[in-house]
Amino acid sequence: MKPAQLRMFAKMGSRASFGLACVDLAKEIDNLMVLTADVSTSAGLERYRKSFPDKFLDVGIAEQNMMGIAAGLSSEGYEVITTTFAPFQTMRCCEQIRVNLGYMHQKVIMVGLASGVVLGELGFTHCAFEDIGVLRSIPNITIISPADCFETIKATKEAIKHNNSVYIRLTGGANADMVYKEDYDFEIGKAIKLKDGEKLSILASGTMVAKAMKIADELDANVYNIHTIKPIDEEAIIEASKTGYIVTIEEHNIIGGLGSSVAEVISKHKLQVKHLILGIPDAYTKAATYEDLLDEYGLTSEKIKKSIEEF
Amino acid sequence: MIKEIQKMANQMRKDALEVAYNAKGKSTHFGSAMSIIEIVATLYKGILKINPNNPLDENRDRFILSKGHGVLGYYTALAEVGFLKKDELFTFECSKSSLMGHPIQCKQKGIEFTNGSLGMGLSLGIGVSIALKKKNLDNKVYVLMGDGECNEGSVWEAATSAPHFELDNLVLIVDNNKLQLGGTNEEIMNNRDLRVKFEAFGWESKEIDGHNIEEIYNTLKQPNPKNKPVAIIANTIKGKGFSFSENNNAWHHAPMTEAKYKEALEELKENL
Repeated sequence: MKPAQLRMFAKMGSRASFGLACVDLAKEIDNLMVLTADVSTSAGLERYRKSFPDKFLDVGIAEQNMMGIAAGLSSEGYEVITTTFAPFQTMRCCEQIRVNLGYMHQKVIMVGLASGVVLGELGFTHCAFEDIGVLRSIPNITIISPADCFETIKATKEAIKHNNSVYIRLTGGANADMVYKEDYDFEIGKAIKLKDGEKLSILASGTMVAKAMKIADELDANVYNIHTIKPIDEEAIIEASKTGYIVTIEEHNIIGGLGSSVAEVISKHKLQVKHLILGIPDAYTKAATYEDLLDEYGLTSEKIKKSIEEF
Repeated sequence: MIKEIQKMANQMRKDALEVAYNAKGKSTHFGSAMSIIEIVATLYKGILKINPNNPLDENRDRFILSKGHGVLGYYTALAEVGFLKKDELFTFECSKSSLMGHPIQCKQKGIEFTNGSLGMGLSLGIGVSIALKKKNLDNKVYVLMGDGECNEGSVWEAATSAPHFELDNLVLIVDNNKLQLGGTNEEIMNNRDLRVKFEAFGWESKEIDGHNIEEIYNTLKQPNPKNKPVAIIANTIKGKGFSFSENNNAWHHAPMTEAKYKEALEELKENL
């Protein structure tokens, strides 16, 4: 991967990057099927749809049916990717996910578009800060929150090789921050330490990884990219706890997401560590633009730094 | 063929009775199973291309029991054609058995999908139908659904899409016994005319007597019209076969007592 390409992905945003990943996959995988619920343009799949019409299925605005059809195709040996906006990809069809993917263990890769609060100006119907919490209690589903557009591509390709169903949660918009400026090893379930520090450990996922990187030096902090929320990398958390102070940051409800996952590991291993959970408060606030919501929730680099210093 | 199917249906009804009695006080959804006996017997004896010695054969027809609670009318058919051993039937609803109160996917035993959460089997069937077409297999997919199940919105998402995808390898059968858990369809949620509804959704839609084996067989033998899925509304009687359970909604999931079991055995003798 050339640096110019990585810059291009960031400019396009995670959705278009996902669309490109699908084009690459379709060239290699004969039995690939990509399903959408009338969001092919929003999912960056226009080029894919035109290039591979036989490997594409639009089920209309019917997410429950999409997940049933996906499971039926999976049962017949197809590699299936489904995609729509995150709330509809997860909560609208949660029962189909639970029974078909969880209980029955049919493998499907679900890609939730525009998760978090990037679509804040459309109101909370189109945001998803509950999706990880909802899906995390269903067995047999791996949850990935890529840190940038390049990682979105890597996660999509790795998910194909993975045994379980995968939920890939895309956060942020176009002109996204870049965490990775060159190629690196991505392994599902294995956190990546991006910076060394001594005073504390920041564990972040999705868009919050880039924000953590901006303040890491000033805080003398370790930064871990916890791209896989489930199964969580327990060893990385044990290692991170050695600073005595863990901060988790996520564009998700402070209940049920990365912070909760890390707290469970701290509890399980009786780690002696302070833990600050930063994220979206458990409330439907007044809807606003992405920037204003992040500011309100204290999820800008400056406010994150302030919260950490005050803890 | 019709006589053979009738024989199998009788045996299934007897086996289901024995298994329900053996389940000792557990809920068995007896009435919901009795209404589908003739339909399932006809499929397994006379229609489905399946081979119990090669359960994963790609060239097999696929059957999906979407109304998963009707399992006693399903496991008993799987036992009749050799996917299950008769003894295994008596593990029904026992701890760690493969044969619980709703089907759990086990292709080796002929169970294509896990079901029980209503309104999901038709979408699964559509996925399989699309897959078979992509593989250029001429096998068919049969989905058996309940009329009460048609209350679920997901059924109509699926019903809209099957004609859109021109799935002429898909056959849906609705067990129209006109009762659901809490009462009649009319009282709880009126389905109105399901044949007309499926027709309006773009299906080739038919209505038959769901206990008349000859009619079921002849209907299922007809090929789908080009590019169209077929919906068969099978009018049935919940609890069919025993005077105490026919159209008696208490038998939706009543346990089989010794007294009723003995009464049922007597009736079976008379009818055979």
